[in-house]
Amino acid sequence: MEVKIIRKVLDVNDAIAHKNRNLFKEKGIFVINVMSSPGSGKTSILEKTLSHLVPEVSCAVIVGDISTTNDADRLAKQNAPVVQINTDGFGGDCHLTAHVIESALSSFDLDKIDLLIVENVGNLVCPAEFDIGEDKRVVILSVAEGEDKPVKYPLMFRVCDAALLNKIDLLPYLDYDKNAALENISKIHPDMPVFEVSAKTQEGFSKWIEWLKECIREKKKQGK
Amino acid sequence: MHEMGIALQIIDIVKSAIPSHDIKVKKVNLKIGKLSAVVPESLRFCFDVVKKETPLSNAILYVEETPVVLKCKQCNNQWTIKDLVFICTKCSSSSVDIISGRELDIHSMEVEE
Repeated sequence: MEVKIIRKVLDVNDAIAHKNRNLFKEKGIFVINVMSSPGSGKTSILEKTLSHLVPEVSCAVIVGDISTTNDADRLAKQNAPVVQINTDGFGGDCHLTAHVIESALSSFDLDKIDLLIVENVGNLVCPAEFDIGEDKRVVILSVAEGEDKPVKYPLMFRVCDAALLNKIDLLPYLDYDKNAALENISKIHPDMPVFEVSAKTQEGFSKWIEWLKECIREKKKQGK
Repeated sequence: MHEMGIALQIIDIVKSAIPSHDIKVKKVNLKIGKLSAVVPESLRFCFDVVKKETPLSNAILYVEETPVVLKCKQCNNQWTIKDLVFICTKCSSSSVDIISGRELDIHSMEVEE
């Protein structure tokens, strides 16, 4: 006997993400979910991003890794509260889920935060499937990786709202075809803004920081 | 990768949909979009690991993979993509909606009479 069910498998996650989103809206907090493959420079970009924003913008960070507190230790030096989530307690999960974010929120005074940055676990596959209640999703790729990353991981590049192409200071030393990478992004997500940056030299950071500040201003306006 | 968590969710959803745990589930029918980040073979493997000692212990997973169908917001053109290019094949607009291809849904189950 066939029985209809028709349920989204990720219903439970989506319901908690919705709850998180409502809370962020009520508090006027702009939330970005930053995703990339391991080694693309997520933590370095976030260190530099915080140094540009703090103290003008009140920031907080949730960092997801399978193990260690190395990234949180680095980010904590930027004068923003940081919570490290180690997913080894959740079976070594390769992504952050909405309920993990929900439980991390109790560590912050949400009335004092303008921008919450979530540094997801380094992985271009799984985090793309899990809504955590964020406003914008940002993907980072670096010129030390393949130009075809966007077409190899299409869901990630499709669900994101902005991309950062990092380590551009290395371009003179590599055979990387930057235009091919940008064309690949454009096939999957034609209108997505792409910021070409170097976390080492901070080249290209002004446009990225301005984009973030504009998003934070918009969120504040919506909350009023 | 994350297929184990998804397999556990499927077990939970199906268990909550059957009135009694004496009822044995024979088959669970899923729809998984080709754009989703789920590998059906891995999901079946994980499902077989976690179904033991549940009403789904003899159940099989049937996965219907759904194609990626896009619709242009400008000219209403609707098409199924083979190559991953999210640009309208008729008017070249980049303003497109994903009509199908992202599913990760339980559609139905078959239980023993």
